[in-house]
Amino acid sequence: MDDFLLKPKRISGLPEMARRLLAVISLCLSILTPLNAAENYIVMQSTTSAKNSGLFDHILPIFKAETGIEVRVVAVGTGQAIRNAANGDGDVLLVHSREAEEQFIADGFGVKRYDVMYNDFVIVGPPDDPAKIAGSDDALWALRQIALGEHDFMSRGDDSGTHRAERRLWESLGISPSARHQRWYKETGSGMGSTLNIAVGIAAYTLTDRGTWLAFKNKQDHLIFVQGDPLLFNQYGIIAVNPERHPHVNSESAQRFIEWIRSDVGQRAIADHQIEGQSLFSPNAVAAHVQN
Amino acid sequence: MNNDGVLLQAARLIAEWDPALFEIVLLSLQVTMSAVVISCLLGLPLGAAVGAFRFHGRGAVILILNVLMGLPPVVVGLLVYLVLSASGPLGVLELLYTPTAMIIAQIVLVTPIIAALSRQVIEDLYLEYAEQFASFGVSRYTRVRALLWDARYTLPTVVLAGVGRAVAEVGAVMIVGGNINHVTRVMTTAIALETSRGDLELALALGIILLALALVVNVFVMALRGTRVRGAYA
Repeated sequence: MDDFLLKPKRISGLPEMARRLLAVISLCLSILTPLNAAENYIVMQSTTSAKNSGLFDHILPIFKAETGIEVRVVAVGTGQAIRNAANGDGDVLLVHSREAEEQFIADGFGVKRYDVMYNDFVIVGPPDDPAKIAGSDDALWALRQIALGEHDFMSRGDDSGTHRAERRLWESLGISPSARHQRWYKETGSGMGSTLNIAVGIAAYTLTDRGTWLAFKNKQDHLIFVQGDPLLFNQYGIIAVNPERHPHVNSESAQRFIEWIRSDVGQRAIADHQIEGQSLFSPNAVAAHVQN
Repeated sequence: MNNDGVLLQAARLIAEWDPALFEIVLLSLQVTMSAVVISCLLGLPLGAAVGAFRFHGRGAVILILNVLMGLPPVVVGLLVYLVLSASGPLGVLELLYTPTAMIIAQIVLVTPIIAALSRQVIEDLYLEYAEQFASFGVSRYTRVRALLWDARYTLPTVVLAGVGRAVAEVGAVMIVGGNINHVTRVMTTAIALETSRGDLELALALGIILLALALVVNVFVMALRGTRVRGAYA
């Protein structure tokens, strides 16, 4: 600055520009370094439904305060989360598609699968309820009504845990709606929240997990119509990525996190995450432990 | 949803200057600016060289640059993910899900834009200067330097096009950064997250702040150009 005041008409040359550019680059990089600095952290591949519910913002700070371990969450669909974890791009996997999780272990990518918590799926829809399914606790009957009346239904269509659960329901009904052949059946190919935005936008029915629905702020007039069917049970499992397969993983901290989330403290933290007095997830690691 | 609410919320977010928001804004600026600066260092000389020299296969290079300008961010994100993944060729560097990975992805996106647009600017200028260069027997290196220097009032627009691409882009940084809270969450990924949570007001408020940032950057560049131009005639 002083330089300019003293010699206002001096025309600066290219080398000076280059020097300034270098200074700017080194400044940018030096500011970034602490962000990249390795401390004790693990990367958890998980699902949009768990993240959108705000669960991680609630429980992870508690874990960090106790152990100093930071958990970095990458939230994608269950299919992609499993793919990423199989590539070694994560230390822990927390998803909700039991069959796919067991396949992940069978393929040698994971150490062992533990139950952590559950919530349930619900069918939500527009307030006028054109399929007349309000109050039902029979998910299959309700889906059949939607299909028979050809009422708009939004599917995730992204190979996520919720999408797989929805496909299983259609399969048990013996109907296999496809976006190509049924105009009322539409695939969004995106996360739970984005799919809810679309369902609300075009007054369609959709299947969502209760956690995302409770935390969702753009419900407008959409309501829960179907809940309480055992078929709508939604179990989450946690798996450490196998260090024999991917030696670089932070398996010690990953194990510690798994032990913590299954412990009384971790399980209580999950139950304490509530919206409007309702728990978004019910912990069931201990129960599962007894059963085994 | 009422629009007054959104504007008010944006204003309140800025006024309260929430540390979490500050962190996201700062990271956005760091990632974008680092990517643009490095892209300029690569793209400007490349664009100037292609604009000023005549060589075999030049048409093909221009075509490639122009095509790369339209690279979809998600594709770049996917490619950078595959390279930086633990199972990828550069997995050992452990750069995935870090700001550095986001900068790399944006460099891939922005460099072709800077190179292709500056190539056009430099070529127009070169056609004016070609005879003089030839008669004075100016060396290749000096030509590139002189052309870049004389185009200095036009090139900021080129750089701004790169900034615009980098700052607005969400597909690539979402994949390679992972939108991890406090680590790789930037303005655009935060907007995507709030939208998916159905908090459309907050998402839009963040969008307004992003737009305000773009405005500040543009005003700054315009002011800089204004001073420089006046200075040159003084």
